[in-house]
Amino acid sequence: MHGTAKMPGICARSLSRRSSRAGFSFGRTFPFGQRDPVGGNDGFSLAGRVRPLEMLVRMLLLASSLVAILVTIGIVLSMAGEAVAFFSLVPFSDFLFGLDWSPQTAIRSDQVGATGSFGVVPLLAGTLLVSTIAMLVAVPLGVLSAICLAEYAAPRARSLIKPVLEILAGIPSVVYGFFAVLVLSPLIRALGEELGVRVASESALAAGLVMGVMLMPLVLSLSEDAISAVPANLREASLALGATRGETMARVIVPAAMPGIAGGVLLAASAAIGETMIVVMAAGMGARLTANPLEAVTTVTVQIVALLTGDQAFDSAKTLSAFALGLLLFLLTLLLNVAAFRIARQGEKQFV
Amino acid sequence: MHEAPIISVRGLNVFYSDQQALRDISLDVPSRQVTALIGPSGCGKSTFLRCINRMSDLVDSCRVHGEIRLRGKDIRERDVDVVALRAHVGMVFQKPNPFPKSVFENVIYGPRIHGMVASRAEAQEIVETSLRRAGLWDEVAHRLHAPGTGLSGGQQQRLCIARAIAMQPEVILMDEPASALDPIATAVIEELIDQLREKYTIIIVTHSMQQAARVSQQTAFFHMGDLVEAGPTAELFANPRDERTRNYIAGRIG
Amino acid sequence: MSDPFSGVRLNLGRRHLQDRFFQWAGGSAIFLSLVFLALLLVSLVHLGRGAIWKTEIALDIGPVAQMADVQQGAGNTGKMVREAMFALFPDVIGRADRRRLLSLLSPDAQLELAAALRNGRPVGQHRAEGAGVGGKLQVWLTASDTLDMVEKGAVDLNVPEERRLVSDRESGWIRQLEENGAIRRVFNTGFFVSGDSREPELAGILSALVGSVLSLFVCFVLSVPVGVLAAIHLEEFSSGRRWAGLVEVFINNLAAVPSIIFGLLGLSVLLGTFGLPRSTPLVGGMVLALMSLPTIVISSRAALRSVPLSIREAALALGATRVQTSFHHVVPLALPGVLTGAILAMARALGETAPLLMIGMVAFIADVPSGPLDAAASLPVQIFLWADSPERAFVEKTAAAILVLLVLLVAMNLLAILLRRHFEKRFKETRGA
Repeated sequence: MHGTAKMPGICARSLSRRSSRAGFSFGRTFPFGQRDPVGGNDGFSLAGRVRPLEMLVRMLLLASSLVAILVTIGIVLSMAGEAVAFFSLVPFSDFLFGLDWSPQTAIRSDQVGATGSFGVVPLLAGTLLVSTIAMLVAVPLGVLSAICLAEYAAPRARSLIKPVLEILAGIPSVVYGFFAVLVLSPLIRALGEELGVRVASESALAAGLVMGVMLMPLVLSLSEDAISAVPANLREASLALGATRGETMARVIVPAAMPGIAGGVLLAASAAIGETMIVVMAAGMGARLTANPLEAVTTVTVQIVALLTGDQAFDSAKTLSAFALGLLLFLLTLLLNVAAFRIARQGEKQFV
Repeated sequence: MHEAPIISVRGLNVFYSDQQALRDISLDVPSRQVTALIGPSGCGKSTFLRCINRMSDLVDSCRVHGEIRLRGKDIRERDVDVVALRAHVGMVFQKPNPFPKSVFENVIYGPRIHGMVASRAEAQEIVETSLRRAGLWDEVAHRLHAPGTGLSGGQQQRLCIARAIAMQPEVILMDEPASALDPIATAVIEELIDQLREKYTIIIVTHSMQQAARVSQQTAFFHMGDLVEAGPTAELFANPRDERTRNYIAGRIG
Repeated sequence: MSDPFSGVRLNLGRRHLQDRFFQWAGGSAIFLSLVFLALLLVSLVHLGRGAIWKTEIALDIGPVAQMADVQQGAGNTGKMVREAMFALFPDVIGRADRRRLLSLLSPDAQLELAAALRNGRPVGQHRAEGAGVGGKLQVWLTASDTLDMVEKGAVDLNVPEERRLVSDRESGWIRQLEENGAIRRVFNTGFFVSGDSREPELAGILSALVGSVLSLFVCFVLSVPVGVLAAIHLEEFSSGRRWAGLVEVFINNLAAVPSIIFGLLGLSVLLGTFGLPRSTPLVGGMVLALMSLPTIVISSRAALRSVPLSIREAALALGATRVQTSFHHVVPLALPGVLTGAILAMARALGETAPLLMIGMVAFIADVPSGPLDAAASLPVQIFLWADSPERAFVEKTAAAILVLLVLLVAMNLLAILLRRHFEKRFKETRGA
């Protein structure tokens, strides 16, 4: 009945610590065999106790989880503050609808063209062009690979190919930028020369292509998740009706996985818009309204980098405009992310 | 029983990796009757069923040896296309698995992929006939374009039966079609199976001997990968020849 | 009805073709991506492999007596180097020509010689003729990037002279040096042990590497504890509560915010509001920490969630409080998974460039930083800067720096994989028990 020599020791110690406030303690010198420590009925209390350490730990945990919210608020406030300062210098409508981007700041007030122009349209057009090219690469590559891995590849091949493809996502974007400038751009130019097409040394095409390859694993893994979340019995049902594997994919599985795939595509689009290094290195600096992928274009992120590298006064319109661009970028990506999560969640509900 | 059996299986052996799931099975399935496959779980009856429309191909580790003849043609021969085979041999699964599409789209799916639908009117006709035969028409006629997943469990299973019927198969395989349903829905399905045998040959896997007795004309008893005995249902239940069958029917195994 | 499978209506041929097309399209998508990856890696190795070598020129420097002066802190190594160079080509006269001749040597060759002499290292061998105090030593000194490029075959001498880096005159000198055996290739230790330089032949990655390590250290110290604690809070203490869902929404969105935005936050808040020092690993690490935080929270939550519920129940049933249950039982079991996620987040932070540009870590930093408050670059920023440099010789440096970065990333990922393996094994044991 008295248990082993070890058992009461543990119980006595742990109970004593917790019951100290109740004014009751077994104490460390508890004599063996006099009372039954496991039974422990004397003075036993079920009343709650204040545990200061416990409270402290819980506060710490709470504080940590609040950091995410604080950071988000910090982002919004910091950028909104600078952006408001910017819009006191440049009218909001000029920024949003202006067709010309040349952020010069006057040195003397009587200078010609002193004010500079801050029309964001050419930047958005450039961003859109590069992102579209990237998505045209990433979506077919990613979705088709996902279908192939999920339906046609042997399990062995899948477990080999998938990690290798994910290397593409782990390579830093500065590496892709270097590759675009040094390998892909000359290649595209040479090809263009061969075909008699003039290609700029920095082109939206080169930047978009490598960005597409970089984002391909993101589309792949989110699509594959969505495809494998489709219950296996739907696949069986379709195959048992005599559908080929391709028909099963195209008519049953992909439609059922569509919300997840669409969510993945939106997330990839958001990443494409926010991608910086590739476009800084390979897309160009000059703001130009063009839909020609062989020309150099500039993007929102490129301009943020161009405006903020090097020493700048914090109060010039030129520097402040970077924060307005940042805010715009943040809102754009936020919109896409929220949409992506919404759509993907709706897809998950489908099979619950 | 006088005409030739529609399906005849000879010397069927099935392995998963190196484990044998079915041992030297030979069985004739008569046309336009219900054949029940019974036996304790893990006895291989579902495996047998899946060999008949070659759903067994989907399992990589599964190897099948022997002959399965449908109207005299060995379905495992090279020139047999599984797609064509499965268009002739429909299947209904244990758990109702309607596609996340409308009732109409669910039923027309098979005919459409097989190119059997020429016009909208024809599609309408196929859907109505199939749903009527599955005894579901009256319940869903007003909501053909509502999602099939919104139906009750029993309705979903009848939808799956309608979906199989729509391809005009000769044989319908049913893998414990009522095991996920409540007793009332089960009774409806059983009645339906009884009606369907006028037009189709049905092979049904069931773990319920009562169900086998109620719906089938022929019964085959499987035990640990062996086909222990097969014959007319009434005879097999009244007069089991084998010790194991007797024990199973008496409730002593499985 | 002899053959039940007559597929007249079924269009079997076309349908199987379609099926095959699907398979083929998916396969080629994978193939294309793999080809791209291979092309990327092969071209990086191809471009960067030269950087492990550097070219040196042998000069007869002397007299030995003067070298002793240098050791005492006097003497002019510049003059010694110049004279040795002119002595090799006595027919080159005239200031402009001589300047071009000297440009075959690295501009810092004299400093290199002086440093070697002061350190008391043996700087060269005595030539056979003229030993003794008046004699000369044969000393190998770093060649210029131009000569280096010619030696590595990066300069095509068949191109018309006016369009190439090296004139016929210079290539003549180089050929003469080669014939005299006065040019050699050695392992480029400098690339790994020295900092950045304006001269490609002298530039190394150490300053950037140390900057990266310091930034990552700051990032790790800040983001991992906070991230893990936040994950514990969300997973163990408030699961199912409404505001936990709110926090989750914030974290998911934060994880998808472009990294450059975190740079803007750092610039405006850390540098602007708090006045922390620009260009430092401290601020860089803080920005990277903010960026990594959501990733760490998400992966830590996944690790915590994979701990079987029965373990929590067992501890709670023994009367442990929730804090005790979490920290004594759940967290230790989840730790390998948490660490795996943290390492992967660090790997991502290591490759990040854009936010560091925002907080000024793009300055030219030649000195190796000694602490998180020294101005520093980071490895990816160094890659960006070198990729932007016009000198042809920086191309191979850039590619080599990329290879170093990739090796580090691979090492971190391998570590994460090993940890995950270990984790899975342990769980099997737990489940088995």
